[in-house]
Amino acid sequence: MGILEVKGVNKRFGGLQALGDVNLSVAENTCHAIIGPNGAGKSTLLNCLVGKLIPDSGSVMFDGQSVLGRKPYEINQMGISRVFQTPEIFADLSVLENVMIPCFAKRDGAFRMHAVESVESEAGIREEALAMLEDVNMADKKGMLGSSLSRGDKRRLEMAMCLVQRPKLLLLDEPTAGMARADTNNTIELLNTIRDKRNITMCIIEHDMNVVFSLAERITVLAQGTPLVEDTPDNIKGHPKVREAYLGEAQV
Amino acid sequence: MLGLNRKDLTLMMIVAAMTLLAPIILNPFPSDSAMAQFNAGYPDLMQRFVIFGIFAIGFNILFGLTGYLSFGHAAFLGVGSYSAVWMFKLLSMNVIPAIVLAVIISGLFALVIGYISLRRSGIYFSILTLAFAQMSFNLAYSVLTPITNGETGLQLALDDPRVLDGGSSGGSLPVTQLFGLEMRATTQLEIGAWSFDFNVGYYLCAAIMLAVFYLAIRIFRSPFGIMLRAVKSNQQRMNYTGLNSRPYTLAAFVISGMYAGLAGGLMASMDPLAGAERMQWTASGEVVLMTILGGAGTLIGPVLGAGFIKYFENIFSKINDNVLHSWFAVMPDGIEDFLVTIVHPFVGKGWHLTLGLMFMAVVIFLPGGLVEGGQRIGRFVTGRRNKKAGGAEAEAARKQPAE
Ligand SMILES: Nc1ncnc2c1ncn2[C@@H]1O[C@H](COP(=O)(O)OP(=O)(O)O)[C@@H](O)[C@H]1O
Ligand SMILES: [Mg+2]
Repeated sequence: MGILEVKGVNKRFGGLQALGDVNLSVAENTCHAIIGPNGAGKSTLLNCLVGKLIPDSGSVMFDGQSVLGRKPYEINQMGISRVFQTPEIFADLSVLENVMIPCFAKRDGAFRMHAVESVESEAGIREEALAMLEDVNMADKKGMLGSSLSRGDKRRLEMAMCLVQRPKLLLLDEPTAGMARADTNNTIELLNTIRDKRNITMCIIEHDMNVVFSLAERITVLAQGTPLVEDTPDNIKGHPKVREAYLGEAQV
Repeated sequence: MLGLNRKDLTLMMIVAAMTLLAPIILNPFPSDSAMAQFNAGYPDLMQRFVIFGIFAIGFNILFGLTGYLSFGHAAFLGVGSYSAVWMFKLLSMNVIPAIVLAVIISGLFALVIGYISLRRSGIYFSILTLAFAQMSFNLAYSVLTPITNGETGLQLALDDPRVLDGGSSGGSLPVTQLFGLEMRATTQLEIGAWSFDFNVGYYLCAAIMLAVFYLAIRIFRSPFGIMLRAVKSNQQRMNYTGLNSRPYTLAAFVISGMYAGLAGGLMASMDPLAGAERMQWTASGEVVLMTILGGAGTLIGPVLGAGFIKYFENIFSKINDNVLHSWFAVMPDGIEDFLVTIVHPFVGKGWHLTLGLMFMAVVIFLPGGLVEGGQRIGRFVTGRRNKKAGGAEAEAARKQPAE
């Protein structure tokens, strides 16, 4: 039984069946990739996991508890962090503050009225955030505003914000889209290092097969809202149905 | 010191010095000179400066940090005033219980209105707060007359119980005081042609303003302050980071409502009456203007904005045609009349026009308000000095982003 169990999830948008009877089981401490053509319903599936969307039917269990009907912040407090397809950061705050916020959320919970302590006196939180920024090679940018970062840096910052929470499950929605080759390789390296250092389960949506094959232990291929096959990377590579449905368009 | 970093401490010290010396700073012109028109150092105007400063500082905690634009904050000001006057009627002319009750009642009121209004954001939030404030205004005017005394406004009466003071004080209305120290007591200091008024009420308001300004700095620099800025920046990211934005915004709303109630309570403490017009939407709009004019989201901006608007309201509005004629008297008659005609629409009753034009200019050219104007001037000056000293290093240091 996996840490994440998705069973029979359906989601319609008007006449469009975005998800049709999706089953997915992600084992603890593995990296599970979800691939599939544009519009296959990959982001919609993640939205159902983090409380952004509520499925029409089916169940989503995380760590033995249902996430359905819970608010996004409650689901995050259960241990699921998500990197979005378009970076979601605090654009008006400094890079350091961006990373400190998830540290506060982790330590103090969904709300705490810490209104008269000074941020400068929070040495522990600060060090934790700085160490995380070191890990993603952004320590020199700690004073910059989120809005002044390049697109690639915004993605890396968002990843740092998720990782610093030490989530049990990290959801990544196309984390390397629009990144240069070198940055993509850095991201793969970063994610692999994190996995070596501590136990973390990942669920990654990705178009870049290089990234998928260097990270994932299992791959689910989604097409038109339905899982086509689920298998190991080696078997997926040679799978005729997959080649036809998806890999045919990509360079393998 | 005081748990502030050097920059904030300097700001705090400057504000403290300016506030304490205000009776002198605001009266730079000899009292019988033609320029005495522009002196603003008389007690009731100075009291208004700091009271509206408090109102705007509190409003800025909500609007400046979270971006939620309330259009109904005057309701809390009014509730504060009514509460304070009731304390003067029932309990004592001492201002302490009046101010405390004003803050508590307005805080409770803000909790209810905030809880409902914060279910929406953006324009819908603004409309909801506006609706609540107008409702309060109309209720105070009509249905709630037993509490608010309707159109006349709530006033002291000779037969008020005033339990702690031992009932009526004879033939005249009692005055507000702090343990016997009358709020209206003023010491006049004459130095040469100058005259300065040191008023007890002003110094009480000033001390309270400094205290709540200090509190605002602490809030701005706290983890809670970061969370409020996070609300403004990206609520979606906040929610997916495990933070519930609703209680944060509600807390900010209640705090700013309490600041408004404090301002209302002080207003009544300086002059013990309360009228419904204090809750009208124009009063709510005024604090929005003050905050934006001074610089929303900055520490000192709201205080500057409040001072600016109150100065205009009270000084420019007093310049009538007679005053203008006396200014331009040295000119030949034709030119004198011409100049008076030109200036006339902008002063006296036309002060709103001047203020409106200035507000537009600030919003268009200085989106960061007067504070941004000050920063630009400061940068211009230091930039020149650096160039003169050939200080490329200093330039580089300045460009290094502040943490
Ligand atoms: N909120 C929404 N409202 C309506 N249609 C949506 C919504 N979100 C996604 N869709 C549609 O559902 C399908 C799957 O979208 P998505 O999950 O974003 O695909 P992808 O696999 O590329 O991430 C698409 O056809 C998309 O247009
Ligand atoms: Mg997508």
